[in-house]
Amino acid sequence: MTFTEADFQALVITLKLAAWTTSILLFLGTPLAWWLARSTWRYRFVAEAVVALPLILPPTVLGFYLLLVLGPQGWLGGWMNSLGLEAPAFTFSGLVMGSVLYSLPFVVQPLQDAFSSIGRRPLEVAATLGAAPWDRFFSVAVPLAMPGFLTATVLGFAHTIGEFGVVLMIGGNIPGQTKVLSIAIYDHVESMEYGQAHTLAGGLLLASFVLLMLIYASHRRFRFTKI
Amino acid sequence: MNSNSISFFGFACLRCQPQWVWAWSLVLLVSCVKQETGVQGGDSLSLHVAVASNFAQTLEEVGAVFEREIGISLVLSPGSTGKHYAQIVHGAPFDVFLAADAEHPQRLVEQGFGVAGSNRCYAMGRLVLWSAQPGFVDKGIEVLEQNHWHHLAVANPEFAPYGKAARSALEGLGLWQSLQARLVRGENVGQAFQFVLSGNAELGLVARSQVLRLAAEARGSIWEVPQTMYPPLRQYAVILRDGDEAKAFLQFLLGEEARKIIRAAGYDLP
Repeated sequence: MTFTEADFQALVITLKLAAWTTSILLFLGTPLAWWLARSTWRYRFVAEAVVALPLILPPTVLGFYLLLVLGPQGWLGGWMNSLGLEAPAFTFSGLVMGSVLYSLPFVVQPLQDAFSSIGRRPLEVAATLGAAPWDRFFSVAVPLAMPGFLTATVLGFAHTIGEFGVVLMIGGNIPGQTKVLSIAIYDHVESMEYGQAHTLAGGLLLASFVLLMLIYASHRRFRFTKI
Repeated sequence: MNSNSISFFGFACLRCQPQWVWAWSLVLLVSCVKQETGVQGGDSLSLHVAVASNFAQTLEEVGAVFEREIGISLVLSPGSTGKHYAQIVHGAPFDVFLAADAEHPQRLVEQGFGVAGSNRCYAMGRLVLWSAQPGFVDKGIEVLEQNHWHHLAVANPEFAPYGKAARSALEGLGLWQSLQARLVRGENVGQAFQFVLSGNAELGLVARSQVLRLAAEARGSIWEVPQTMYPPLRQYAVILRDGDEAKAFLQFLLGEEARKIIRAAGYDLP
């Protein structure tokens, strides 16, 4: 059972990646989920399908397309290069972009469910009491959807930690920059350092279990508080 | 509902206290600034090497000697040669590429991603028939024609170099068709090795370097597949970004000191 400095570095990068990804997803996913929950647009199902795509796409496929887009010859990477910026492939910011896409459904779907289950009534009541739209959203919808926010945060965070295929492809497995925990485990297994692999994998297993247990425990608590 | 009862991990605070959002944003930004400086600081005298997974550990040994003698450290990114190729073509920041085959470095040179003339063979893999049980393959290939075992692990014969070698060896023996139902395929030779090591397959066609990495008492039984039975597993290196450091490293890799380490790890040499 050993824990090297490189493993620690991978752990730090993983946590940072998960924190960034989850924060960005909450910021972008909240309006998206709100719109999906409230929209009466006929073709809303198209948007829902797009959001759910990362659930079924093999991560290496998603990773390969991202590589095509984010690399120096890709349209986004090339455009950033022409602006004098670094193309995002094989950098931490590229990892964040990939993870945001990859974990999108895990944040948007719980939020959408939570917003849907509020219904129109509490918001209409708030409106009749003179609350402006922003006020209605932040003072009524968000508190009522708090269990959804919690689920979205924990799932988004946990799913980013467990991500492998996308980061392997667009990250390039660079120690200290894009080598995350799941790739460190894979490398240890590949190079037959099973002891180190066990330490990391066991730790990840335990942490994931505790995280998920907390979320389910808190769900129970939410249900009680609603009564 | 009072707001206390729904605060979990301080969640309700997000609503009533926007300063938490600002504080969190600040934490995220600071974490990035620290990373940037950290990376630049350690980047001065190091070479970034993409290396085939099967050779990563051996390269670590070579790299330790290289750093001690030349003063340049290696940053290794192990992976499959196919993935590395795709990443290099799309701008991955590697200085040198140690592939598991000859084709990919060749193609990189042809496409202008590799330095012409820098692709050289640094090691040759050897295929062995291996069982984790002592005495199991002592009689050599005869065991393949017997029925007291269930699974033979091989690497993917479509694209993994050791899988291709296993296939041609079995085809040469006329066993490829008859053994189909008993073959289990790993994604690469690392996985094929794990199938055998974990006891899920009694036999495997794996790399000699993998078995030699085990402690002597854990090596089970091993039979070397004669080199005549499969095309040589030539592993080529290529320089991707020309520079004195990269040249020095390639020279060291092909030099006598590195050759000793590579040979001891279970590879043949060109």
